[in-house]
Order: sequence, then structure tokens, then C-alpha cells
Amino acid sequence: MISAHLAYAYPEVILAVGALALLVVGAFLPKQTSLVGGASVLVLLAAAVASATQPFGEAFSGGLISDATATFAKVAIYVASAVAIPLGQQWFARRGVKNFEYPVLILLAALGMGMMASSGDLISLYVGIELHSLALYVLAAMHRDNAKASEAGLKYFVLGALSSGLLLYGASLIYGFAGSTLFSQIAVAAGSQANTGLLFGLVFLICGLAFKVSAAPFHMWTPDVYEGAPTPVVAFFAAAPKLAAMVLFARVLADGFAGAAGQWQQVLVAIALISVAVGAFAGLVQKNLKRLWAYSSIANIGYALLGLSSGTSEGVQAMLVFMVLYMIDVTGFFACLTALSRQGRAMETIDDMAGLIKERPGIALAMTAFSLSALGLPPFSGFFAKIFVFKAALDAGLWGPAVIGLLGSVVAAFYYLRLIKVMWFDGSVGATDKPPVEANAIAIASALFAFPVVIVALSWLNPLAERAAHALGLA
Amino acid sequence: MIIGLAHYLAVAAILFTIGVFGIFVNRKNIIVILMSIELILLAVNINLVAFSVYLGNLVGQIFAMFVLTVAAAEAAVGLAILVTFFRNRGDIAVDDASMMKG
Repeated sequence: MISAHLAYAYPEVILAVGALALLVVGAFLPKQTSLVGGASVLVLLAAAVASATQPFGEAFSGGLISDATATFAKVAIYVASAVAIPLGQQWFARRGVKNFEYPVLILLAALGMGMMASSGDLISLYVGIELHSLALYVLAAMHRDNAKASEAGLKYFVLGALSSGLLLYGASLIYGFAGSTLFSQIAVAAGSQANTGLLFGLVFLICGLAFKVSAAPFHMWTPDVYEGAPTPVVAFFAAAPKLAAMVLFARVLADGFAGAAGQWQQVLVAIALISVAVGAFAGLVQKNLKRLWAYSSIANIGYALLGLSSGTSEGVQAMLVFMVLYMIDVTGFFACLTALSRQGRAMETIDDMAGLIKERPGIALAMTAFSLSALGLPPFSGFFAKIFVFKAALDAGLWGPAVIGLLGSVVAAFYYLRLIKVMWFDGSVGATDKPPVEANAIAIASALFAFPVVIVALSWLNPLAERAAHALGLA
Repeated sequence: MIIGLAHYLAVAAILFTIGVFGIFVNRKNIIVILMSIELILLAVNINLVAFSVYLGNLVGQIFAMFVLTVAAAEAAVGLAILVTFFRNRGDIAVDDASMMKG
């Protein structure tokens, strides 16, 4: 009986058992950090294979759903998490921090994110969110001798816990007014008469999730945490957790509140446009590249939410494609930042990048590709991502929001182009250190994806996203 | 007077609001913020248990158990981060957490 349920939860089982086993290994063999790291990558890849091949169905009375959406999201999440392990472990090792906890925390975060992507019930939603958030708080503060990192961890913790509280309060109201925690039962209650209590709960839930995806006006933690946390950790939590939270967003709204689409659409459009505006304008004055990309990520989440707010299956599909392409961009960009240093000091400001094209042409080209892609210039991946989102928004009749979104990306073009100008045309300010192999490789691979590979990749990514979007209950 | 569902919900709403205000208005000590977070989670528990009894449905009480467990883990992680912060800065005043702005 139990084993039948577990068949739908193999990726979770693999990750949970793997994480606990490696924790024990690490505790007894504290020197073997690379063994634990390598094994963690294997566990994540095994979980990705398991989720790609698992049967579709519901386990644990609907608490855990295995469908095309979950598969799509989980494979992307697990692969992105696996990339973060070598990137971060080498970075910490170069700073004399040899810890086996880093890969184990990534495994636990990946487990939580996978649960978010396949939750079918408010309880599994909450447990998934907390499991990944608690791991991320620790990761942000992992470089514990660094004052900035511990401040980033503290801020992330306080605001993250507040957002979980909001989300949970919303969940309690939804439970009370719908009489069940299952999304399918909530859909029944919301479909017949979406009463005020239910909508009140939904608004709290949306606020909590908006915090997690760092959508404005709930974005205030993002710049500080991105600036303070270790760069490879930022590369991790700017990518996979955002996808997990967006998929969860889509699942709650589509499976639980399809009947109240008219109400949540307005809220999402508002949040999306505020995010685009905040991301575009606040980014203009940033000097630190990590902060700059924090604002860029706020703007990009705005576009993803714009896709979702169209309330159609096409919109969800656009959002999924957008998030996957964006994840690769952002991981690559932060891998570039991880790779760059000058006399042992990390290069983090725009001025540090002056003349980079002469010093490190490969990395400078990669950063140019990521900037143009985030800006949405053809033929880079970000262009296709934005096309899908805008097309979905226009098909749903959201003309005004689409135009405002487009204007926002014109404003944001300024800071991307300024970075490129500084890298290509300003005088060099000195030699940079030799970049570490793994960060270099991840940066170059992501850059190659952002330009030529994406054109081929879209031909299979798009049908997969379409299948994933159809698994959710939107028209 | 009969104490009904509305009374419990009102108490929970008041506690929740106090908790949220405790985070934003408090300018002194980060420990107070941790206490405010607990207050928010316990307000939610009152909600869940009140709804559970009112609906005659046990799921709410099970949910409350999960919330309690997670709250304990959250407090542990929060205090651990607070300790590393204190080691680096020698203080836990809220106004000190301002190396990064903008």
C-alpha cells in the first residue's frame, strides 16, 4: 500500500535518504568534503532521472502530485542545484572554508523545492516552502566569518520568516473557509462561491509567495541578500528557488483557484507591473553588480508573473519557458562573477569590470551575452523568453500591461548596456587572477546556451513546457 | 456570552497584527523579532485549531502540529544565524544590521 504511494515520490525519497546518509558520512569523515560533494551531485542527477521517468498520479491522499508540471520543474530544479555544488564548494575551499554541509544543504533545499513543485495540499506546500527556505537561510550565512554574509543571512531569515507567516495565515483562512487543505477541494469551494474569507486568504497566500519569488512590493530583502551572500550561493538561489516558487504559484492558482481567476488576475498584473518598474528604475543607480542583478531579477520575475497573470494555459507555458531560460542566464552571470577576482579580491562593482574584454575575453563575452539576453535582445535566449510572455499576455487581452512591461525593459536596457560599454570600451584597471576552472566552464556553457544552443533547445523545451502547462487545470 | 468561532479568529487576527508590527516597529533588538515571528505562527495555530473544531475536521489540528514543528526548526536556524551575526559584530541591535543599503 505504502510502496504504491512511494512510486510517485521516488525523487523525494532519493533526495531525503541521500541527504541524511551524506550528513552521516560527513559527520564521520569531515575531511572528505569532495567525496560528499561528488556524491551529492550524483544523488541530484539520480533524482532528476527518477522524476523524468516516474509515473503520473497522486500520492498520500492528494498531498503529493506527480504530473508533467512537476516533472518539468523538478528536472530543471535538480540540474540547477547540481551545478551549484561544484561552483560553491570550490569557492569555499579557496577561502579556507572546507565544509561538507554545503552540498547537504543544497540537497535539502532541492528536496523542498521538489515538494513545492508537486504539492497538492496546503500542508505539503508549507512543508516544502519551509524545507527549502531554512536551507537557504543557512546557505546565505554560510561564510560565517564574513560580516556581510551573516547580515545577509539574518535579513533573509527575518523577512523570509515573515513571508512564511503571511503565507501560513492565508493558508489557515483558506482551510477554514474552504473546509479542506486539498487544492482540488479548495477549487470546489472557490468555484461555486468564492467568498470574502477565501479571497482574503488567497491574497495573504499571494503576498507570501510574492516574497519568495522577490516580486515587488515584497522585494526589499533581495538586493541586500544578493549583495551579502557568497556569490556562488547567489547563483544557486537566484535560479532554482525562483522556478520552484513560480511553479507553486501556478499550481495554487490553477488547481485551487481557477474559479476565482478574475480576482487573482488583477492582483498578479499589479504585482508584475510594480516589479518591472522597480526592477528597471532602482537598477539604474546601482554600482554593485550583485545588487544590479538583484533588481534585474525583480524585473524578470515581473515578466514571468505577467505570463502567469494571463490566466491561460499558454500563459503558464510562457512562464515555464521564461523561467528556465532566465535560470540559465542568471546562473551563468553569477558564475562569471564567481570566476573574477583581482589580487584575491572579488570584483563586484561595475567599475571593476573596466576593460575586461582585454583581460578576460571569454568571460567578458559571456557576461555580454547574459546582459543582452536579460535585456531581451535577439537572438539571445531572453528575447525568446520575453516573446512568449508578451504573446501570452496579448492573447489574454492584457494590452496595457504588456506595453508597460515593454517600456520597463527599455528603461532597464540602460544598465545592461552601461555594463557592456564599461567592459568593452573603458581602459583596463589591472590584471585579473586566473579564473577557476569550474566557474569558467559553467559560465561558458551557460553563455553558449544563451546564444546558439537556445535556438535548437527551444524546439524540445517548448513542447515540454506545453505539456507541463496542460497538466494544470487552466483553459 | 458564548465564545464562538469569530472570537477565536479575532484573537488570532490581533496576535497576528501584533506580530507583524513587532517586526516593523521594533527598532531595538533582533531577539524581539524572533519573538514576533513566533507570535505570528502561534496566531495561525489558533486559527487552524479553531477552524478544525468548528468544521469537525481533524486536518487543521494536524496542520497545527506541522506548524509547531517547523516553528521549532525555524527558531533554531534563526538563533544560529543570530549567533554568527553577533560574533562578527559584537551586537544584535536592529539598527546595526545596515552594512548594505540602497
